[in-house]
Amino acid sequence: MPSAADAPRPTSSAAAMPVEARDLVRRFGGLRAVDGMSIALRQGEMLGLIGPNGAGKTTLFNLIAGSLKPTSGSIQISGEEVSGEGPERRIAHGLGRTFQIPRPFPEMTVLENVLTGGQSQAGEHIWRNFLQPGRVAAEEKAAVDRARSLLDFVTLSGLEDEPARVLSGGQRKLLELARILMADPETILLDEPAAGVNPTLLEIIIDRVLDLNARGKSVLLIEHNMDMVARLCGRVVVMAAGRHLAEGPPAEVARNPAVIEAYLGGVAA
Amino acid sequence: MSVELIAYGAFFLTMALTYAIMCLGLNVQWGQTGLFNVGIAGFVAIGAYVSALLTTPDAAGRFGGFGLPIVAGWLGAALAAGLVAFLIGALTIRLRADYLAIATFGVAVAVQLCALNLELVTGGPFGIGFIPRPFASLAGDPLAFSLANLGVLVLVVLALYLALERLLRSPWGRVLRAIREDETAALALGKSATRFRLQAFAIGGAIMGLAGAAQAHFIGFIAPDNYMPMLTFQVWAMLIVGGSGNNRGAILGAILVWGIWAGSAGAIASLFPPGEQARAASLQIVMIGVGLCAILLLRPRGILGEVKTVSRHIGRLAGKPVSEP
Repeated sequence: MPSAADAPRPTSSAAAMPVEARDLVRRFGGLRAVDGMSIALRQGEMLGLIGPNGAGKTTLFNLIAGSLKPTSGSIQISGEEVSGEGPERRIAHGLGRTFQIPRPFPEMTVLENVLTGGQSQAGEHIWRNFLQPGRVAAEEKAAVDRARSLLDFVTLSGLEDEPARVLSGGQRKLLELARILMADPETILLDEPAAGVNPTLLEIIIDRVLDLNARGKSVLLIEHNMDMVARLCGRVVVMAAGRHLAEGPPAEVARNPAVIEAYLGGVAA
Repeated sequence: MSVELIAYGAFFLTMALTYAIMCLGLNVQWGQTGLFNVGIAGFVAIGAYVSALLTTPDAAGRFGGFGLPIVAGWLGAALAAGLVAFLIGALTIRLRADYLAIATFGVAVAVQLCALNLELVTGGPFGIGFIPRPFASLAGDPLAFSLANLGVLVLVVLALYLALERLLRSPWGRVLRAIREDETAALALGKSATRFRLQAFAIGGAIMGLAGAAQAHFIGFIAPDNYMPMLTFQVWAMLIVGGSGNNRGAILGAILVWGIWAGSAGAIASLFPPGEQARAASLQIVMIGVGLCAILLLRPRGILGEVKTVSRHIGRLAGKPVSEP
């Protein structure tokens, strides 16, 4: 069965942004968690998404990643409409994500966690394990090599045989990063990569994300750590009450009275 | 050892191995994928009846009797049960575990009632007899007959075991484990949980159908009473005792639990007066239940727990046991 990942991805024309969401609405009962939000991630850009708690950032993120379906509005990835598709189809469009609270496969080893990120592997088809064992073995060997180099990239090489449940919170974030990189996405959504991470690991994470961006990956980042956002992102979008509030360079946005009001209002409320 | 004892031993083991096949099927569904199938008896019954219809000679007053070779019957049984599992799965696999259990239980009851009432196809309450037995020409020599049948079952179980171990340690098996451990994360990695669950459910169902066929041909006679919910309970007890998630555990559990079952039947026959034996037979179920409780308390992962499986292409860690949490 040919998977969608085998098909060539559409070459990104000037118009087709890695992610472009328009007029997104998501209701939870009477609450409009995302209320007419539009956001565009440009090719090769590192875009920060900030906003006070409850602004709807994670809901927006889940809409873009496909874990939630929008009540209305459109989501395009590299020019293709994906708002009706499930989360398992996003990787085929070149979009990968991490989770705010990391979700490693706890009883699988660190190496196997990363291997699970592999795409279009012959060994995921039942019959090929019997009819094409040579192809399965060759692909798996190549995958192991690649997974090991990714573990090296996120500094977890020494832990490859450990079950993922023994990792610290920061190590789990690094493992998730390696696991999604195994799928080789062109665009990466990072949900609070700095939350609960000790300063040493945080430096590694920042360094690796910069490195990925330098290699052409577009990145959308939700983050509370303004210092990190300022270091990573050339442009930030501010969300409040489910809507687009402001956008621009981090320093400029931080001086915007409406943004300050939203954050202070959020604290007071 | 007397010839009779060896012949009985072979008979006992052959029977136990038919259960081992069911257990291997359940292990794909539950042990590897976490699919809560409480309708095992239904899939076993489909396999048994399909193979019986395909291989028995033409019978007056009953549909079928196609007189095909036994091998064709067994393949047809696996295909039919696998197809039914696929169709049921396509409707129900998205259900939460407890609802899947209710759905599969309902299917098994429906299958059993069909077997009981579709007299034109299934022979109704009297079932189907004269199902061809492998090596029927050896029937005059009980020892050779039993050993030849045992040989066939050993080969089938061995082939299934090797095939399932290969799958368990393949990227396919890895995706099943990933979906079982964290479906949301697996989806984000592009793994279609529905597709993989459906595959595991169909393969498990096909294996159960094969077991039903093997058992039908070994005994030579089937009837709806063979496929009551008790059968489902027995196979679950076997997998839990042996070690869910472990293919060797599935086989060991089947042999052990069937040994207790058959042994207790013999003990009841010799200990109780004939008038009380029917009632005393309930003690068998009590014994299995008590044994199950003991295993769950003493070794919750079963005698052979799930091993930390890694890709067979990495291989270094294969067989290292999972430490208790």
